[in-house]
Amino acid sequence: MAESPFKADIERVKKEYSEKMTPGAVVYLPGSSVINKTGSWRVFIPEFNKDKCVRCFLCYTYCPEPAIYLDDESYPVFDYDYCKGCGICANECPTKAIVMVREVK
Amino acid sequence: MVKKVVSGNYAAAYAAKHARVEVVAAYPITPQTSIIEKIAEFIANGESDIQYVPVESEHSAMAACIGASATGARAFTATSAQGLALMHEMLHWASGARLPIVMVDVNRAMAPPWSVWDDQTDSLAQRDTGWMQFYAENNQEVYDGVLMAFKVAEHKDVQLPAMIIESAFILSHTYAIVDMPPQEEIDEFLPPRKPLYTLTDFDNPIAVGALATPADYYEFRYKIAKAMEKAKEVIKEVGKEFGERFGRDYSQMIELYKTEDADIVFMGMGSLMGTVKEAVDVLRREGYKVGAAKVRWFRPFPSEELYELAKNVQGIAVLDRNFSFGQEGILFNEAKGVLYNTDAKPIMKDYIVGIGGRDFTVEDVKKIANDMLKIVESGKLDEEVDWFHLKR
Repeated sequence: MAESPFKADIERVKKEYSEKMTPGAVVYLPGSSVINKTGSWRVFIPEFNKDKCVRCFLCYTYCPEPAIYLDDESYPVFDYDYCKGCGICANECPTKAIVMVREVK
Repeated sequence: MVKKVVSGNYAAAYAAKHARVEVVAAYPITPQTSIIEKIAEFIANGESDIQYVPVESEHSAMAACIGASATGARAFTATSAQGLALMHEMLHWASGARLPIVMVDVNRAMAPPWSVWDDQTDSLAQRDTGWMQFYAENNQEVYDGVLMAFKVAEHKDVQLPAMIIESAFILSHTYAIVDMPPQEEIDEFLPPRKPLYTLTDFDNPIAVGALATPADYYEFRYKIAKAMEKAKEVIKEVGKEFGERFGRDYSQMIELYKTEDADIVFMGMGSLMGTVKEAVDVLRREGYKVGAAKVRWFRPFPSEELYELAKNVQGIAVLDRNFSFGQEGILFNEAKGVLYNTDAKPIMKDYIVGIGGRDFTVEDVKKIANDMLKIVESGKLDEEVDWFHLKR
């Protein structure tokens, strides 16, 4: 399983970012936006069918976040902490291995 | 101790220089122009190393001050009427970003019809921008106000911008003696700014202009509200310290004049209160029990001080050199609101005076006193809002 490239940042920010509500909403810790889990904005969630995947990397290339990483065998891994559910990966996938489904929370 | 005979505008310029302002960004507008001309003259003469940023509009002037202030500099500007209105968006920016910028606004009537004369509606229309507002009665208060405003604005628990407001021409272009303390004493009173964050501390980089989702925005507004409340304390402390150092006490947000035994009090802001105090002296000699309450700080609003005054008087004649269309004079509206949930219920009447520079005289105050006495004695308020000077 691939690891989030933000893992070290998240741990650092959790440790060092004590005061979020600064006067004037000044952000004083570089990279601190990683604690903002934008995945909570999502309505549709990408559903992945590994059997159909040809490992073309198009989803990985097009994901604007990026919320798609590659595992050891170069299959995509979805980071649902930051995936906003934009659907670009599903749109680009040539084999329909990714489909967007409404997420029930 | 240096005493100079200066206009209100020059008093403002000297105060900016003596406050060791680092950046001025401004755009000229009558009757403010001579403030920034004087500052330019200080720089040209080598008397001051202020960085002067000539800009193409008031919106840009405030934007440049915001940028300067975010780098940790002490920033100053001045404007009037239409110029202030054009700055409106940036005024919210300055307070929301918690930048202690100080600005002098020369109260001038809004167009149309064009007018360059005194009227408080320009600054009062910026009531809700999160700026503190101080209304000066005379040139000395313009000078003192600027020095105090920086100290209050830069206080670590306040961090909000402040506006010092003077009357068009009545103060801005009229010369009077202004006492200016020695620079080293001013430096002791107002040491260099200690910003919480600066854009130029490259070892500790920051981002400004963040987005706050509905999950956080609310709390940021609450913090500004609390800072404005805290500013009341700071204003009184700073005003007291100013008095101890320089002999002019500003520890009261409302200056009371002969109100101890007064039945009727005239309440207002700015230069017209000089006329009112003069009138109080005249009326007192004729046996009237009247006093004056000069609201120095309109934001934060001195609610507690108003209550203390209101519970001991029978009538308050509010003198509004401003008007909120569809409602009433703005100070009157605010003052009534403050007293609604209290046991202080003096009869209050709103006199719309001096708008657009209409002369307001001692005789006028006397007429108001007689009108107010009649109302207090009969207990009957004929009308809430009186367009006092109207040609009938």
